[in-house]
Amino acid sequence: MSDNGTFTPVIVGFLCNWCSYRAADLAGTSRMGYPATLRDIRIMCTGRLDPTFVLRALQKGADGVLIMGCHPGQCHYQEGNYKAIRRFALLRRTLRQLGIADERVQLHWASAAEGVRFAQTVARVTEQIRQLGPLDWAHNWPNEDPYAVEEAVHE
Amino acid sequence: MTATRYPYYPGCSLQHRSHAYQQSTEAVARALGFELVEVDDWNCCGATEYFSVNRLPAYALVARNLARAAEQGATEIVVPCSACFLNLHKTDKNMGRYPKLGERVNQALAAGKLHYEPGTVKVRHLLEMVITDIGNDRLKERTRRPLYGLKLAAYYGCLVARPDSVFGSTEQPTAMDKMLELLGAQAAPFALKTFCCGGHMTQISEDTAFEMIHRIVQNAVQSGADAIVAICPMCQLNLDVYQEAANRYFETDYHVPVLFFTQVLGLALGLSPKELGFGQEFVDARSVLDKIQDVPPPRATPARRPKNALPMPAMPE
Amino acid sequence: MSEPRVGVYVCHCGHNIAGTVDVEHVAEWAMGLPNVVVSRDNKFMCASTGQEQVEQDIKEFDLTHVVVASCSPHMHEKTFRNACARAGLNPYMFEMANIREHASWVHPNDRDGATNKAKALVSAAVHRVVHHQPLEPMVVSIRPETLVVGGGIAGIQAALEIADAGYHVYLVEREPSIGGHMAMFDKTFPTLDCSACILTPKMFDAGGHPNITLLSYSEVERVDGYVGNFTVQVRKKARKVDQDLCTGCGSCWDKCPIRIVDTVFEAGLGYRKAIYRPFPQAVPKYPVIDVENCTYFKTGKCRMCEKVCPTNAIRFDMEDEIVELEVGNIILATGFKLFDARRIPQYGYGRLENVFTSLEFERLTNAAGPTEGKIVLRDGETTPKTVAIIHCVGSRDRNFNTHCSAICCMSSLKFAHLVMEKTGAQVYNFYIDMRPIHKGYEEFYHRIMEEGAQFVRGKVSEITGVARSPEEDGKVIVVCEDTLIGHQRRVPVDMVILAAGLEPRADAQAVGYLFGVGCGDTGFFTERHPKLDPVATVTEGVFIAGACQGAKDIPDSVAQGAAAAARVLGTISRREVSLEPIRASIDEERCSGCRICNNMCPYHAIDFIEEKGVSRVNPALCKGCGTCVAACPSQVISGAHFTFDQLMAEIDGILVDVLSDRPIVEAV
Repeated sequence: MSDNGTFTPVIVGFLCNWCSYRAADLAGTSRMGYPATLRDIRIMCTGRLDPTFVLRALQKGADGVLIMGCHPGQCHYQEGNYKAIRRFALLRRTLRQLGIADERVQLHWASAAEGVRFAQTVARVTEQIRQLGPLDWAHNWPNEDPYAVEEAVHE
Repeated sequence: MTATRYPYYPGCSLQHRSHAYQQSTEAVARALGFELVEVDDWNCCGATEYFSVNRLPAYALVARNLARAAEQGATEIVVPCSACFLNLHKTDKNMGRYPKLGERVNQALAAGKLHYEPGTVKVRHLLEMVITDIGNDRLKERTRRPLYGLKLAAYYGCLVARPDSVFGSTEQPTAMDKMLELLGAQAAPFALKTFCCGGHMTQISEDTAFEMIHRIVQNAVQSGADAIVAICPMCQLNLDVYQEAANRYFETDYHVPVLFFTQVLGLALGLSPKELGFGQEFVDARSVLDKIQDVPPPRATPARRPKNALPMPAMPE
Repeated sequence: MSEPRVGVYVCHCGHNIAGTVDVEHVAEWAMGLPNVVVSRDNKFMCASTGQEQVEQDIKEFDLTHVVVASCSPHMHEKTFRNACARAGLNPYMFEMANIREHASWVHPNDRDGATNKAKALVSAAVHRVVHHQPLEPMVVSIRPETLVVGGGIAGIQAALEIADAGYHVYLVEREPSIGGHMAMFDKTFPTLDCSACILTPKMFDAGGHPNITLLSYSEVERVDGYVGNFTVQVRKKARKVDQDLCTGCGSCWDKCPIRIVDTVFEAGLGYRKAIYRPFPQAVPKYPVIDVENCTYFKTGKCRMCEKVCPTNAIRFDMEDEIVELEVGNIILATGFKLFDARRIPQYGYGRLENVFTSLEFERLTNAAGPTEGKIVLRDGETTPKTVAIIHCVGSRDRNFNTHCSAICCMSSLKFAHLVMEKTGAQVYNFYIDMRPIHKGYEEFYHRIMEEGAQFVRGKVSEITGVARSPEEDGKVIVVCEDTLIGHQRRVPVDMVILAAGLEPRADAQAVGYLFGVGCGDTGFFTERHPKLDPVATVTEGVFIAGACQGAKDIPDSVAQGAAAAARVLGTISRREVSLEPIRASIDEERCSGCRICNNMCPYHAIDFIEEKGVSRVNPALCKGCGTCVAACPSQVISGAHFTFDQLMAEIDGILVDVLSDRPIVEAV
């Protein structure tokens, strides 16, 4: 919670190295302001996004996740973002079953030239999640770390 | 053909002024074997002005018709007037595109215990419906009296062309031209086919209105057209009724009859001029009837191009 | 292994970061993060003192990992990696937190928010970096041969630079002759020297160079391999003419009875025969038979060319040939396509006779063109008395292309000059903005104004043949709002020239796919970095030059051709190149052989090893996108430097405050 009592969400961002991370850089060099709610993680391509990353972020206390990549047809790895779209569709179904509102986990595009679009997207998603309120999902998890269970299965 | 019964929104103009359009539409429907079933308890679409005066009531006014149609089980609605068409089409589109608007319009409709879910009713212009659903083959097959010898200016007006043209290109649609040729007529090379007729400008600024009307009539004459074929009561009214006044204003002497496409289509289907509402127009259209020939005119040989003429760019079909 | 020892450095970047983020506080706070043994703030980390601090600390504190919180890794990741390497630490044991572009600069009015975000990003980097592993760049050898795709001026320049340096070049051109668009032009701006005069010698050089193999009338069909070792399949389309026998005498096309409109070289304004050579200076000089229009291929009769050929060089039975090339580098110089002016119906192109495109006008005014350089109307006879030139047709227009086509201002000025010089006609330029930006361009603009060309500022709304007054009869009328006098204008003229914009070629996407190069939002090929690496692409060993990268004029295309050549020559003379070790690898012990990953890879870098029943990544082909890593149901594909553990740790670190007792926002 921020000082004035309104809820300030924590959003984890997954940005692809070539388009959206550079869009964020451009938003920076162009000094475009947007809410300080996004904490971003760089991945080479949205195709690298393992859906478990999103679950992990929510489990560890994020109120939302924003995945951003190159526009369809403009992937630097040709088609990684198409893979991301497909995985995202499946992830969204899973999240719905877990009671996560669609607005909390979103997939958007921004090219390296679209600093404005990047900033606007962060602002919009922040507002949507602010309206939803805190996720507080962590307290809904069982006490043991689910990944510990998963890792145990792998052992 | 997908249906033989079409929910129908005639609009005020057809009922109160453009009787020729209404009469010919009904006659053509009978001849082509489809039925237009008037939506029960429809109201005015607000014409072109109301949207500039107060937008929300304007949307609600139009949406009421869509809600009524939907209530009566319609999934599409056929509209002969371009202004009604645009308003209905725009309202349906925008209610879906801007959910907040949809919400507020439905709040208004709720006062009359109505509700409209955008996208439920597909709004169609009568011309588009005839071209798409009746189709070329059927039109050709039903043609009893081909319009040989007539050169017609297909005038689409501005309302159906933009923003989403239902006839292909927003600037140079050709769907009606093709239909007229199918009926045996010749489509005049009429360039101002999507220019505005002035709408209600006659009531606001006559100078402007006459300029707008005059340029269209003038271009029709330049293109060698025997008549202008309109698909909107407003266009027909302006070009027909004010032609004389525009002539006086510009000191010209044009006499170009302005007909509805249903009147022309009806002639080709073999219907009598009387049942198509001929004789109600200001600029006498008898000349058009006289020009129809029994045999197709010889194909005009294309003008000879000079020996060294450069090739023209190929145009896509 | 002993406990990791992390050093954290938080940069002030003068006021750039420190003006918004409480840098000292972040550095102090970071001391409390796990494994951190030293944490400092510094005025300018990228300065030599900052780098030396890192090097010194690595030795003094025996650091195993380093985190620098400063600007974007795209800016200085290399700088700090090198600093680590100098101190004996593997450069990949470093991680960067971007607290300038992603924090201080974007939250200028939110000091707390920016500081908290900086802490989260530093924490993420600290958590992640301890999972880093030492990586070694991959070294691959470079074949000295180069493939240049596209024989326009950019491709010719690139090929000549490399060939002159003593290395072999394969120059592939789709059309029967090299030369590209420049061969179609009459004069070139701003010097007005004759295009053919300056291009033809280069074409001949390229055609006859001992180090250049010219594959004209050919297309690349397949590209395999990786930087240094590409295998390229080229289809040499059948010319139906034996090049060993043909002398290019011209008897065949003189006698060929089929005349068709030449939409390529003559831009639709002139004709060619069914057996043809696009233009007299073509390189190579041999004709080709256009099979689609040749009477013999349509009906089996005619054979006129065969009858008249003095050297019996016609080969109707010639088949396409597939050539396989081994090259180390590839330069794409595939050029542009002219915007199709028919897409703007209100400009009347194709409907109104005397509306021409810029390329048509180039042919019209070219002494070797269909009118031998006479500027006449479409009737082929009448000299225009008034000419309108419309700028920005299809460019800077949301409905078509948003980009500026870069050449149209200058080519329009050139047209104005040529029209006035050759016909004395009055010229009107309709422009939105004038952008004569390069050397000598502004001067040329002034010269044309002084020569008497009229300039009307305003976007043309319509070009029509519909006259409204007797003066307009028979004219083409340009309708436009003159924004400088604030009036609507109708300017009747005899001829209109549409300065159509430059677009990516229609098949740019497919060609990009073939070579592993992406297309940006305007559809042109995407360079690795728009400012600092304009001719490289994300695919190592594939470079781009000329208008395929973005609209540009001849000087810029030549410069890029030469730049791409310099990059290629650099790798050739190094003989080997090191590649970023960000690659996927498969743990074969645990691979189940399900082959899900095989189809994931857009670079076909994953092979299935039948005898072992497992998949394997070819590291030289892998670009490191990680798509297969995320897809592996057994989680046995590891993406170096973006491993599962590293990213999971980064997620945990970035949310360190949220669930833990280590709040980012501390009670004051």
